[in-house]
Amino acid sequence: MLSDKDRIFKNLYGDLGADLKSAKARGDWKDTNKILARGHDEIIAEVKASGLRGRGGAGFPPGVKWSFMPKESSKPSYLVINADESEPGTCKDREILRHEPHKLIEGALIAGFAMRAHRAFIYVRGEFYNEGLALMKAIDEAYAAGFLGKNACGSGWDFDITVHRGAGAYICGEETALLNSLEGKRGMPRNKPPFPAMAGLYDCPTTINNVETISVVSTIMRKGAKWFSSFGREGNTGTKLFCISGHVNNPCTVEEEMGIPMRTLIEKHAGGVKGGWDNLLAVIPGGSSCPCLPKDICETVKMDYDGLKEAGSSFGTGGVIVMDKSTDIIEAICRLSKFYKHESCGQCTPCREGTGWVLRIMERMVKGDAEIHEIDQLWDITKQMEGKTICALADAAAWPVQGLIRHFRAEIEERINSYKQSLKQEGAA
Amino acid sequence: MVKATYNNDIQPDSFEFSAANKKKVKDIIARYPVGGERSAVMPLLDLAQRQHDNWIPRAAMDKIAEILNLPPVKVYEVATFYTMYNLEPVGKHHIQVCGTTPCKLCGSDGIMGACKKKLGIEMGETTKDGLFTLSEVECLGACVNAPVVQIGDDYYEDLTPETMETLLDDLAKGKKVTVGTQVARENAAPKTGRTTLVDDTPKSKKGGKK
Ligand code: FES
Repeated sequence: MLSDKDRIFKNLYGDLGADLKSAKARGDWKDTNKILARGHDEIIAEVKASGLRGRGGAGFPPGVKWSFMPKESSKPSYLVINADESEPGTCKDREILRHEPHKLIEGALIAGFAMRAHRAFIYVRGEFYNEGLALMKAIDEAYAAGFLGKNACGSGWDFDITVHRGAGAYICGEETALLNSLEGKRGMPRNKPPFPAMAGLYDCPTTINNVETISVVSTIMRKGAKWFSSFGREGNTGTKLFCISGHVNNPCTVEEEMGIPMRTLIEKHAGGVKGGWDNLLAVIPGGSSCPCLPKDICETVKMDYDGLKEAGSSFGTGGVIVMDKSTDIIEAICRLSKFYKHESCGQCTPCREGTGWVLRIMERMVKGDAEIHEIDQLWDITKQMEGKTICALADAAAWPVQGLIRHFRAEIEERINSYKQSLKQEGAA
Repeated sequence: MVKATYNNDIQPDSFEFSAANKKKVKDIIARYPVGGERSAVMPLLDLAQRQHDNWIPRAAMDKIAEILNLPPVKVYEVATFYTMYNLEPVGKHHIQVCGTTPCKLCGSDGIMGACKKKLGIEMGETTKDGLFTLSEVECLGACVNAPVVQIGDDYYEDLTPETMETLLDDLAKGKKVTVGTQVARENAAPKTGRTTLVDDTPKSKKGGKK
């Protein structure tokens, strides 16, 4: 069980002050120059050793990502921080932006220095207007204190941060779409290669990291890789912010140890499932793109990358969406299909057309106005969307529907049958 | 996410940034590296929208193109891509109800229903007096405080149909309203009280803001 002294985000709930003075009282910005004095490669090595994996969904180790950046380059290197938090069920970065902005800013300096970048851009989703203001205020404070700018923290390293606001487009959370958006273009994902570490923002070497990933770096450097990796298990180390939404008594965001059993997470922090554990129908464990899991799996599954992968789903962002037995699960998933259809950028045919087909069939499935064989057809369509597009939005649209068919096929069939029945009765009357 | 084309009848002939905003335009462009000035397209569209009654006329896009030395279409394609740019007039209060699954599970249909009933309009419409526009939007990234509604720059959270109606009444009357959660709750903490971060909280601050 994680104790409070090992929680990284002490001001998660905003009562301790997001300002510089309060942040310093919590240990932020303490001897940052000593951390930087350890050198680029040692910082990367420490972060690698901590086992930290990206907290934005893909789970790629940031230390490894940083090591892809060129040691020498005629072009400037950039760190881009993805604060375009928009995956339904996910609302953790919001708390960091408004309550712990100095953790993000200090982490940006350390990470930026490690990858030899003098400049970071933080891309904040447009709707987070107030969160963006809180972040900008903290950045101003950091500049005024000499922590950013020329000779940041007296380290001899110059470092600047610019905040860029989005304007409402889920796809900009995809890293290359984010880069296009930051360059003043439509947020459409780019083909890879070239990978951003070679040619990213303004065609320069670029690393994109999630807010939470960057925000834990300063604590890892202070307390050490060993401390961080003492939580969780191999390949799934550290602490993590979880957001528990939907049918629980007390929805909340909370920092817990990686690998905490899902049931413990829900019962200990979120006040349990509405109507009790036995009233649970299914959980979407890591943000909307992760396939839902029925109650029997939720009973034992562990909340980490490997645990959820083994269960046939995915850890994603740590956004846990709980659905009790009152849920029309077909409708709940259909609403996600609508989301993905709305957010497809339209570049790739399998995604642009596929998300539309999926939504139209799903809308009929909600009513039951379909044929049984269309369930298989729907499955086929989702399979044809997967892995065939520039980015993973098509996959993200496919997985929730696959999860539905895998675990709730009987419900869909029943809906179709009773719809047919009702038509017959109408005909008879 | 391509939006409706422009209604020519409402387009002004020209657009100028105000004197104060002209200075902001310069500051915004200076944020980006030399050669990366095009990055200013989005913040300039936002600035134009804030100056121009919360919507962006075509003349403003042309002006931005001129300032950044871009073909106008490069600005049009950005303005039409992102949902937060309004390309036609919207009401003074733009009520944006999140309808994505986590909010839906927590009753966003009821919130939309309350808005429709109270305002007498359907989703996507504006009231005759121009006071309210009602829209459904996708996940606002505040799901543990569902149902969530964004009005202007602010979020209103943990809503019920009743508190939503009160909110609309207050806005209509020009009363000051409370931003954020509409229940006694400390941001994203569990509403019945914290389960973590208890022992580290300084005594004087315990309990946080209500
Ligand atoms: S679903 Fe409404 S805020 Fe996330």
